[in-house]
Amino acid sequence: MSTDVTTTSQAPAPPGGEKTGTGMLQVMLNGLRRNMRQYGMLIALGLIVVLFEVWTGGDLLLPRNVSNLVLQNSYILILAIGMMLVIIAGHIDLSVGSLTAFVGATAAVLTVDHHMAWQLAVLLCLLVGAAAGAVQGCLIAYCGIPSFIVTLAGMLLFRGLTEILLKGQTLGPFPDGLQKAGNGFLPEVGPTTNYHNITLLLGLVIIASVVWQEVRDRRRQQEFSLDVLPARLFALKLVALVAAVLAVTLLLASYKGAPIVLILLGVLVVGYGYVMRNTVFGRHIYAIGGNLPAAKLSGVKDQRVTFQVFLNMGVLAALAGLVVAARLNAASPKAGVNYELEAIASSFIGGASMSGGVGTVLGAIIGGLVLGVLNNGMNLLSVGTDWQQVIKGLALLAAVGFDVWNKRRSGS
Amino acid sequence: MAGPVLQMRSIVKTFPGVTALSDVNLTVRQGEVHAICGENGAGKSTLMKVLSGVHPHGTYEGEILFEGEVCRFKDIRASEQRGIVIIHQELALVPFLSIAENIFLGNEHARRGFIDWRETLRHATELLRRVGLDEHPETRVADIGVGKQQLVEIAKALSKSVKLLILDEPTAALNDEDSAKLLHLILELKNQGITSIIISHKLNEIRKVADSVTILRDGRTIETLDVKAPETTEERIIAGMVGRDLDHRFPERTWHRPKEGEEPALEIRNWTVFHPIDRQRKVVDDVSLTVRRGEIVGIAGLMGAGRTELAMSVFGRTYGRWAGGTVLKDGREIRTRTVAEAVGHGIAYVTEDRKHYGLNLIDTVNRNISLTALQKVARHGVVDEHEERQVAERFRTDMNIKAPTVFEPVGKLSGGNQQKVVLSKWIFAGPDVLILDEPTRGIDVGAKYEIYTVIDRLAAQGKAVIFISSELPELLGMCDRIYTMAAGRLTGEVPRAEATQEVLMRHMTKDTQDNEVTR
Repeated sequence: MSTDVTTTSQAPAPPGGEKTGTGMLQVMLNGLRRNMRQYGMLIALGLIVVLFEVWTGGDLLLPRNVSNLVLQNSYILILAIGMMLVIIAGHIDLSVGSLTAFVGATAAVLTVDHHMAWQLAVLLCLLVGAAAGAVQGCLIAYCGIPSFIVTLAGMLLFRGLTEILLKGQTLGPFPDGLQKAGNGFLPEVGPTTNYHNITLLLGLVIIASVVWQEVRDRRRQQEFSLDVLPARLFALKLVALVAAVLAVTLLLASYKGAPIVLILLGVLVVGYGYVMRNTVFGRHIYAIGGNLPAAKLSGVKDQRVTFQVFLNMGVLAALAGLVVAARLNAASPKAGVNYELEAIASSFIGGASMSGGVGTVLGAIIGGLVLGVLNNGMNLLSVGTDWQQVIKGLALLAAVGFDVWNKRRSGS
Repeated sequence: MAGPVLQMRSIVKTFPGVTALSDVNLTVRQGEVHAICGENGAGKSTLMKVLSGVHPHGTYEGEILFEGEVCRFKDIRASEQRGIVIIHQELALVPFLSIAENIFLGNEHARRGFIDWRETLRHATELLRRVGLDEHPETRVADIGVGKQQLVEIAKALSKSVKLLILDEPTAALNDEDSAKLLHLILELKNQGITSIIISHKLNEIRKVADSVTILRDGRTIETLDVKAPETTEERIIAGMVGRDLDHRFPERTWHRPKEGEEPALEIRNWTVFHPIDRQRKVVDDVSLTVRRGEIVGIAGLMGAGRTELAMSVFGRTYGRWAGGTVLKDGREIRTRTVAEAVGHGIAYVTEDRKHYGLNLIDTVNRNISLTALQKVARHGVVDEHEERQVAERFRTDMNIKAPTVFEPVGKLSGGNQQKVVLSKWIFAGPDVLILDEPTRGIDVGAKYEIYTVIDRLAAQGKAVIFISSELPELLGMCDRIYTMAAGRLTGEVPRAEATQEVLMRHMTKDTQDNEVTR
């Protein structure tokens, strides 16, 4: 039965000079079509950036503002990473906004009221987040209570506990170390240039590792005689990647350098992207979200995976809570309101599906940045929060509407 | 003899790639009980869906005459208005509404949108008396058994002033007592002038209540027999149901020769399982069977015989409530209480419902294949994507999976290729025992042959294969030994040499009252 297979498998790329042009275009178009959602959002993000850059007369991409933008949105982006996992697994978490506030309050009580060393307090706060996530995950995975209900209860509960803990007051300021971690930049060494040396160096390291990674991947695929991008297209992709990293690096290096929170975020994105793409755990999350009965019958321990996803969400919510608290330099009972909705919106704009099983960490980040740039740009244009909300709502609707339309058109 | 109330003439119904009905004729006389029988997939349900407007006029060819008028039903409401009501095998009741609310659902006694409860209760009580159901009409449907729910369905049909009642396997989910009651009611309704069509596998039931029987096979009408005529024996009906020409071939098999004193690879002893919801009902009842290495053992049975339920309950108790029995692998008792345990002991179950239980349709071919045995392509919890891709490419070649790349979403493949992906996935897991549940359901003849070849190859490699199928020819063509099941019990074990369609069908339609297991 397998004799005729070699002939029927993939046709090689068409040889001959005049055909490579259309061949390359075809490969690009195919790639674009396959990842319509992600590329679509990337293009939309680019458009939004360009639009606001023009409307604000160049203020948007001022080094100072880019720095600000990152710091302003970092906590939503951290939450969006965890939320993406939750949504891919086919659940939802409404409690993260309240949980960030609760963790911030815990940090404030520990460091301000009890003068605990801030490093220890951070550790304890992460444990508090883990515990909160574990309890909710347990109720969802093992007791079978729907995640919507459990986390809706959590949302009310943690908000209430925050107010109890803070007695309705704002508590601050935080010790210097914690403040710096949330608001600070990478330290500077070396000769005085017009740029931030360490940031430049870091940028170069990233560029080198990206290029190395891509080249190694390509060689490995060739080794297994799997089809790869044509050489010219591959070069184009490399140039685009390098240019993008370089641009961001230069922008940040010409101000105070890279914010520490950005580094944290970068590590999270790369780390979680890797986990979702390359680990058994990540695969199992996609499997239970894509088809739970099939995953169960394949021996996936769905309850344990669900539990771990919520545990992880708790830890990330704690991390976001610490970043918010450090940035505002105070814990407030009203912190983190609506963060859960922004994180959920980011995930859906970034390609998640209501029914689960679909989405990427990078998508969540792109979705979060779309919202973040809209926020920041409209702030620069002094658009009121009333209209900002209207426009963000429309953006969410447009992104998901485009996705639905695109799916229907391709006839699924 | 009364004239025809219903005539269906030259009905042809095709689905993309499949002809479900080709030239079916059915004539039902006024006031009779007309049985329709045939194997699974013979087209019985499709024919009834055409009649009741589930498949609307225009999606099929041919003509329907009801009470002498040509009917072109555009939906189920239209057929109900003419007095044709179908009761599906899966009951269509809302569990949390009361009996009365269910009876009049979509057809409420109401004035300007407000329910008239007095009239609703009065009418419901009257209907319940007619079907002989002694329950208060305000009882929730969830609180009564399946047998009584069936009666509620019939009451609902009566509320629509039904003239022709269609029952699709009405007793498949019922115990003996409830079945008897239901059959009695059908005869009662006949006396009240209601014509019925009943689809049934159970020949004894057909003999009890039906006046005539139409046999379908492979989407065609074979014949209509008068049940009361002396020449209409059960053998006669069975012959009509199975007597097809073999239109697909099987690979040459080297038949299994059991060695002296060899332990079976898998042995199931006294396995009993209750229905997950109806906790009184035994779905699998004291079943014992064995399969040896290199052997293909078939399990034949009609709808509701308990084959899938047996397989799934053995495979990590993924169905029903276990109530006894043991599983032995190579002579040693093993625990298979979770899927992970079953897989760990080298058991694989390839589901009959690949779309719902077998595949993640939105994910790619390679990821579906690797899912059950991810650890084989992973180190320290990290999946080696290149190795995974190689594995998938190997299966794409070996199994001849027709997909442009292994990164194609499985949902876009044809049924046959999806089935090959499911098989690949379980072969990759490296099991010793494979339970294949309807592995060729809904796929074309060419792909079937390829699947048979794979199954043969697995047996030749020394794997033990349990082959569950509703298609008798494929069991006869592939199996070394065939068990038959009916109503949750094992009703026969037939070695290849003695197996014919008639023999199997007789065991499969056996009256489940008599307990003797025939060899």
